[in-house]
Amino acid sequence: MESIRSAPGQTADEAAPAAVRFENVKYSYEEDEGSFAVNGVSLTIGQGEFVAVLGRNGSGKSTLAKLINALLRPTEGRVTVLGQDTADPKLAFEIRKNAGMVFQNPDNQTVASVVEDDVAFGPENIGVPREEIGERITAALQAVGMSDFRFATPSRLSGGQKQRIAIAGVLAIRPRIMILDESTAMLDPKGRREVMDVIQKLNKEQGMTVILITHFMEEALEADRAIVMHRGEVVMDGTPEEIFARAEELETYNLTLPRAAYICKCLQEAGMPVGNAFCAEALAEEICRSLQKG
Amino acid sequence: MLNDVTFGQYYPTKSFVHNMDPRAKLLLLIAYIVAIFIANNFFGLILVTFSLLLFILLARVPFGRVLRSIKMILFLIIFTAILNLLFYAGGEGDIVLAEWWIITISWQSIINTIFLAMRLLLLVLGTAILTLTTTPVALTDGIESLLKPLKYIKVPVHELALVMSIALRFIPTLMEETNRIVSAQKARGANFETGGIFRRAKAMIPVLIPLLVSAFRRAEDLGDAMDARCYSGAKGRTKYKKLTFTWRDLLGVLFFAAFIAGIVLLNTYFGSRFDIIWQFREWFGI
Repeated sequence: MESIRSAPGQTADEAAPAAVRFENVKYSYEEDEGSFAVNGVSLTIGQGEFVAVLGRNGSGKSTLAKLINALLRPTEGRVTVLGQDTADPKLAFEIRKNAGMVFQNPDNQTVASVVEDDVAFGPENIGVPREEIGERITAALQAVGMSDFRFATPSRLSGGQKQRIAIAGVLAIRPRIMILDESTAMLDPKGRREVMDVIQKLNKEQGMTVILITHFMEEALEADRAIVMHRGEVVMDGTPEEIFARAEELETYNLTLPRAAYICKCLQEAGMPVGNAFCAEALAEEICRSLQKG
Repeated sequence: MLNDVTFGQYYPTKSFVHNMDPRAKLLLLIAYIVAIFIANNFFGLILVTFSLLLFILLARVPFGRVLRSIKMILFLIIFTAILNLLFYAGGEGDIVLAEWWIITISWQSIINTIFLAMRLLLLVLGTAILTLTTTPVALTDGIESLLKPLKYIKVPVHELALVMSIALRFIPTLMEETNRIVSAQKARGANFETGGIFRRAKAMIPVLIPLLVSAFRRAEDLGDAMDARCYSGAKGRTKYKKLTFTWRDLLGVLFFAAFIAGIVLLNTYFGSRFDIIWQFREWFGI
């Protein structure tokens, strides 16, 4: 997949603040204990980037997500979102307006029993005038392709639909950064595709910064950049292609390659002259090419 | 079937009553209940019945659907009716029909029983009209708006209304979860169907505990999700749905003002419910 990548953090224009910046951040759930869920993370995510954060259970990736929108505050170090420090309780409201977050279980993030009322919840909280809330609901539901379900009951929708409603609920606040904390984990393949399509569209068409936390390697392929976390530390950072080219290293973090990439690697090991490919289409092309050559 | 519980018994259609402001409907219901209890003779109750029929027609809800709401409390009605019939003791003027031990059946007790049963039925049917024509969300909005004055004595009205609507929203989710846990426990050999009432109650423990634990986990998740969506209490919050008091609501309220006045008049004009006994005796010479 072609990736249109914005410049990495260090070289970014200093005038425009990075979407998210971690400066040697540590976070521990129990104050007195020496173990850190996030242990010395420094990283910069530029505006408009689509970043996938990968890692096993307990690698600290969900904690990382919660540190971004001030649901958690760093024990040590500094987290800034569009230049605003999350440690300042007065800024939490502003930060959450800028950085929306969608969670894992679609059932546990809906507050109302009608779609429209649920999407209205965020705008109501930030004090948007009534007339504008209506417009925002229309726009948000359109962006996730759920306009026909405005008056439906969330409990009667499919998992993918519920999760799109949750995304709409966040979009209605008009954030510039969207964090998805394993939002596809509980969905079936169809629901996952629906959600991924929505995310892609938001990133490509509206230039929204997307931080996708996932343990599906295939999803990381759709991002511009992939970050691997292990035991609270960032251990790999690069394009998905760069990351997946280092299969042995990934294995030490208990992560596997995307299926197509794994097949590709097996073919290479068996002596077939195919180039590196990570998704099914690329692999098919590589195989065709090698067959034509042979 | 599960989802029927979600919306209480909301019957989705468009009608005069459906379009009324939930606040007006709540006020009307209160007036209606007051009317039932100040009515002291059958003429009053008949007037109440007519108004009920009028509202059922205006609400365009099938009659059977309205009557179904009695099913739940039919037992209660019969039970209180029997108690009343057997143990009502009016006083001097009672015309006793049968007497045995502490049980007395008199004309007065029969009249009283019919009267009470009618009251209860009218009460339930009237409330049913409200829940059939109003969504839980509208209802909580209405309650929140009506209770607003309590804010001045520091009652957290907004928070209470939010808690109520979230509770309603989670009913289907938790029902689903219960079914799932019951199935899981059955698969492991749990037995919910046999045994006495205590054994069955005990069998529910392995269902209730996981349910409780998961409810807490859900609550924590929901709290995070609400925080992430900038929830910070009632302060600085706007409301998307505006309740509007229209001509319909004014009409309804005026109707019920006239209605209560009518009942008071009937009360004074026709006297007590027992007068009907003397009337009957006169007509039929009993």
